[in-house]
Amino acid sequence: MISLQLAIMIPFLAALFIPFLYKKIPRIHIGWIVLIVPTVLFITLTQFIPSIAEGKTYLHSLRWISSYGIHFTTYVDGLSIIFGLLITGIGSLVILYSIYYLSEKESLHHFYIYLLLFMGAMLGVVFSDNLMVLYVFWELTSISSFLLIAFWYHRKKSRYGAQKALLITFGGGIAMLTSFMMIYFMTGTLSVREIISSIDTSHTLFVPALLLLLIGAFTKSAQYPFHIWLPDAMEAPTPVSAYLHSATMVKAGIYLVARFTPVFGSHEVWFWLVTSIGLITLFWGSFNAVRQIDLKALLAYSTISQLGLIMSLFGIGSIAHQFGAAENAVMYTQASFAALFHLVNHSTFKGALFMVVGIVDHGVGTRDIRRLGGLMSFMPVSFTIALIGSFSMAGLPPFNGFLSKEMFFEALVNVSQSNVFSIQAFGILFPVIAWIASVFTFVYCMMIVFKTFFGPYHPEKLEHPAHEAKIGMLIPPIILAVLIIGIFIFPNILGDFLLRPGLASLYPSFNLDGMLKPISIWHGFNPALWMTIGVVVVGIIIFRVQSRRKSLYIPPGKWTFDQLYNSTLEQIELRGSKITSRYMTGSLRDYLVYIFLFLGISVGGIFLFSNAFSFDLSSNAPVSLHELLIALTMMAAGIAIIFAKSRITTILLNGAIGYSIALLFVLFRAPDLALTQLVVETVTTALFLLCFYFLPKKEKEDAPQRTKRVNVLVSILVGVIFVAVALSVQSGRLFESISTYFNDAYELSGANNIVNAILGDFRAFDTMLEVIVLFIGGIGVFTLIKLRARKGEDNIENQ
Amino acid sequence: MIEIMLRISLALFASAIVISLYRIIRGPSIPDRVIALDMIGVNLISAIAAISILLNTKAYLEVILILGILAFISTIALSKYIERGVIIEHKRDR
Repeated sequence: MISLQLAIMIPFLAALFIPFLYKKIPRIHIGWIVLIVPTVLFITLTQFIPSIAEGKTYLHSLRWISSYGIHFTTYVDGLSIIFGLLITGIGSLVILYSIYYLSEKESLHHFYIYLLLFMGAMLGVVFSDNLMVLYVFWELTSISSFLLIAFWYHRKKSRYGAQKALLITFGGGIAMLTSFMMIYFMTGTLSVREIISSIDTSHTLFVPALLLLLIGAFTKSAQYPFHIWLPDAMEAPTPVSAYLHSATMVKAGIYLVARFTPVFGSHEVWFWLVTSIGLITLFWGSFNAVRQIDLKALLAYSTISQLGLIMSLFGIGSIAHQFGAAENAVMYTQASFAALFHLVNHSTFKGALFMVVGIVDHGVGTRDIRRLGGLMSFMPVSFTIALIGSFSMAGLPPFNGFLSKEMFFEALVNVSQSNVFSIQAFGILFPVIAWIASVFTFVYCMMIVFKTFFGPYHPEKLEHPAHEAKIGMLIPPIILAVLIIGIFIFPNILGDFLLRPGLASLYPSFNLDGMLKPISIWHGFNPALWMTIGVVVVGIIIFRVQSRRKSLYIPPGKWTFDQLYNSTLEQIELRGSKITSRYMTGSLRDYLVYIFLFLGISVGGIFLFSNAFSFDLSSNAPVSLHELLIALTMMAAGIAIIFAKSRITTILLNGAIGYSIALLFVLFRAPDLALTQLVVETVTTALFLLCFYFLPKKEKEDAPQRTKRVNVLVSILVGVIFVAVALSVQSGRLFESISTYFNDAYELSGANNIVNAILGDFRAFDTMLEVIVLFIGGIGVFTLIKLRARKGEDNIENQ
Repeated sequence: MIEIMLRISLALFASAIVISLYRIIRGPSIPDRVIALDMIGVNLISAIAAISILLNTKAYLEVILILGILAFISTIALSKYIERGVIIEHKRDR
């Protein structure tokens, strides 16, 4: 057997070669080559089944980022093999279907690259044992799904749907990543198997991690209220809808819940959230499905509803962790069993239904059920498959949906009488909600069959005259339909070989022998059977009433989650631009105010809070009279600059300050500095004067009074804070300065002048860079002056 | 004795600088201000000379020379600016 890592990587490698093959072999539909990949993988995975059924598991690890404990570890057990078989099996059928569905004119290589990326990512999700690797593959499924939804990217709706799906699933993915990090923090390991044994349920991060993980799972598998992306994802080509949005990707969330049931399942919050959200989704999806007029949208809502069903069953199944391996846990493990069973069943019938809808769309050019009707005699095979799929979804015998629906009702009736987690208070609601939802399910299943294939035929409303599809397009749904009936007749083969080991990974510490009842087609007159009969009767009545009156075709109201999503996006954009245009005024003065305020507040605040302000003037040298006078001169000049009326006064005052600084340098025994300062000051003054020629007369600033007041306050704040900081720094000397070393400049470098020795010898690197700065400045000035656009020419910067 | 005298002279030079600063700030016309700046330069030369005697060093003699040149150049530049409006005139052919 090949290593699982290779199996996960094969789709990615195949995706790499598709563009070459697509160019090299233009005669063959590229899908035929792609078809090999999932088929081979499917056959490989089936070889695991016998040993998995005996309870063996396979663990294989590959080093990736060892320093962070991230290994590419694959773990094959009952749960992952179910998903692996679904992904590869349905994947092969969908690719076969897509060969006939997509014409050669489409950019097929793109399609199959995305599809293979998705397949590899999905296999990675279900087989990964390492949380980080799981997350990587999880996001890869989101990305490839985004690419597939927007496959016809010239359509606006496709782009909208893809963006919506990406935003919502990525949001959930990030929540999940946070949860994974919390789990790592709690347990110190990233391996799912080790987490199960080392999780501490009383840790403070336990519940947040649980909630965030569930957000990730709910967004991915389109649970209420995150279900809104799925109906919009129906803009994808039908094979994509069949594969991603019914059989695989939306079940990644289900997989996550199932995989983490041993970790979180013993907590009350897990049970309540998973079960109640599942039931709400079940009801809301089925209720909305009835109102749809587009067949694919109807199927999308029915997928949402069925996923809710599976989710709620896993929620009920988690109660078993309260009891341990006791007798009375049987009815809860049975619920999980039903969940796994329905998971497989849903993949079969929903895949078949999507393919039939695709055939109808392909055949007559519309999916609008108001324009369809009477196709039975034109499309007998599609009709048969649709009938089988719909009746299975509605939960009628002799199809597999009947069995799982019965088990679902049984589990709900059982749990409503349970006495853990104070279920008694609401327990009666569970079967009632489920029953109502099932009635709606029945109604929309009937709609699929009767509105499409029965009734009058309207050739004038259709784009093409109706005809049966090519045989190649029919093979995949036929296989699925055969499976639907096959599972109904021999449910226990599936149960023993796949579902039972799958259940073992949900309850790793349990001994499941004797705790599971085999699936029986006939199980006597129990409440579940009466509920099914009631569903059929009421469903038929509602369907007849509704098809006459169409009263249930209520247009979607104003207060929907779609509306919320759209307005949220709009508002974010609007508010964002408002806030940005509010503070990004484009005025330098405002930005300077921000910078100075931040500087003053942060530096001053840090000094204030750490009590760093200390004014110790004892070690200060005495101030002589002439020093004081020069300081006063500078102060007077500085204040006068602010109030100067003309530019030349400003410049002259600036020059006076510069010369005074030079004098201070002299007084403080720095001849080199004094020299440089004098020269630079003169040059600067001359430069200022040079600029005068180009400047207009200085006008009186008429800034509003408020701005002026703010400016004064900010400048006083910054000045005071920096004087205080300078005094504090100066008064608290921590260690002796290193200048004694430079005193030996003559011995060290043969220089009499210490300053020059430092500049040219000890710290010459700085000097070199400053020379470069001057050089760059010179070049800059030169280019600014010389390289100007002449008259009639474009600006050089715009070229 | 000489030190006290030097200090007194320094104080006087500083006061002269203050006074000329007043002229720069208030000076009704620009030439007043330019002359005042020139006066600051001359006072600075004298003050630096006094300081270098006081500090007993020859290190500041260069400063004095430079300051003399610069004071002259800046006064010329300012005067030219006042007279012509520009300092460096453009060549005719540009």
